[in-house]
Amino acid sequence: MAADNVGGTQRSVSTKQVLGPDDVRRAITRMAHEIIERNRGLDGVAIIGIQQGGVWLADLLGAEIARIEHAVPVGSVDASLYRDDIGLRPVAPSAVSDLRFDVDGSTIVLVDDVLYTGRTVRAALDAVADYGRPRAVQLAVLVDRGHRELPIRPDFVGKNLPTSTEEEVAATVDGVTIT
Amino acid sequence: MTARSLLTVDDLGADGIVRILDLADHMAEVNRRPNPKVPALRGKTVCSVFFEDSTRTRLSFETAAKRLSADTMTFAASQSSLNKGESLRDTIETIAAMGVDAFVVRHKSSGAPGLIAGWTQASVINAGDGWHAHPTQALLDTYTVRTSLGRTGGLDGLRMAIVGDVKHSRVARSTIAAMRMLGVHVTVVAPRTLLPPDVGDTFADAVTDRLDDVLDGLDVLYLLRMQHERMSEALVPNLREYTARFGLTPERAGRLPSQTLVMHPGPMNRGVEIAVDPAELPGAVITQQVTNGIAVRMAVLFDLLGSGGATLPAAAEELVSEGAAS
Repeated sequence: MAADNVGGTQRSVSTKQVLGPDDVRRAITRMAHEIIERNRGLDGVAIIGIQQGGVWLADLLGAEIARIEHAVPVGSVDASLYRDDIGLRPVAPSAVSDLRFDVDGSTIVLVDDVLYTGRTVRAALDAVADYGRPRAVQLAVLVDRGHRELPIRPDFVGKNLPTSTEEEVAATVDGVTIT
Repeated sequence: MTARSLLTVDDLGADGIVRILDLADHMAEVNRRPNPKVPALRGKTVCSVFFEDSTRTRLSFETAAKRLSADTMTFAASQSSLNKGESLRDTIETIAAMGVDAFVVRHKSSGAPGLIAGWTQASVINAGDGWHAHPTQALLDTYTVRTSLGRTGGLDGLRMAIVGDVKHSRVARSTIAAMRMLGVHVTVVAPRTLLPPDVGDTFADAVTDRLDDVLDGLDVLYLLRMQHERMSEALVPNLREYTARFGLTPERAGRLPSQTLVMHPGPMNRGVEIAVDPAELPGAVITQQVTNGIAVRMAVLFDLLGSGGATLPAAAEELVSEGAAS
């Protein structure tokens, strides 16, 4: 998604690959182990990807956890109706929430690709709360690029990536790039 | 800058209709939750201004606004200062001065919502004007066909017959236009006296006065309400003959393929245009139309008041770049 936009930028900027596909795969495996270790037995654990960037990562984390231990419910949540900047950005049409398990009392691992200002996570927390009262919510991100504007911190991080606010970070299964 | 309004489905075009229907999927998901409410339009005020009676449309809009956390006001013409001689324009300007972001307008005169849109900075949503247009009905109808038949990709090639008083029906005008924009082949079935003059050229794909000829291979059978006042105007001889020629009788219901959707904008005249119990028709989606109306009207309100997507290409670009970065 973000990668598609890179070509549209008018400035002549260079794109730097920070993680390759193998790095992404290894990071996901490590995060899956950490999630299992932190939540012994995975009792009541469910994974929720934040639409849209977090969904692929949630799916892969879910598959990896199922391979290592056992399957846990995986869903997705669309936070766009909860944002604090409504009116400034459109809603992505394909990103309808899909939560087919009971949020009440479960331990939710919220997943996004890139953690930046924290505003998306804030909106997603509100969205999840509308489905029920989780026992706890943990946050897993592939890349933490800093520049938080809210008191939100991740529990599981694939890579800490110092960036400037001028830069754009794109994370897919094929790797992480910084532009 | 004057806010965007929704006066007819032509304001949207095919792309705009699809955008609203996609957004309605989000809203339908909200409506399926135990607590069907999101904070999306917090701080916005939506005022219903109804100069003509309505149950479902007004309640549907108000429910939609509330589920998006907007504040709602209702103006009922019959209890207003219109009775003291205040003009429509003064009435609207007075309400607008209280701080309204959107007016939902129903009026017996065609074009009234358009006039109002010219007088206010707020968005205006046409909730039915005269014989002219009822765009949110058309949107909920297309949404109902799309969801009932699982046609997210489009409605290309579907065949619909719309039966009854097309001439005096704003529902027919808007729904036919929207369906055709999405690629539906629409046949109008009506007595000559209830056809608009321009029906053959621009209005529909085919016209007939024989309902029995079109039942085979139909994907959607859309029945319009037969308004009783048409009898006194001698446009149809009597209700029994109307039912015999244009009503969904038990005999016709038996011939209808089981997957054919049966739709009606309500309120139904049971025994007239629909002479069977819709609960016994496998393809009846009349209740779904009402349910979907809320999701679709939420989508319209959000599109006009909350989403910068349609009018702000710069914001769209930002979404793409920031989507991965936030």
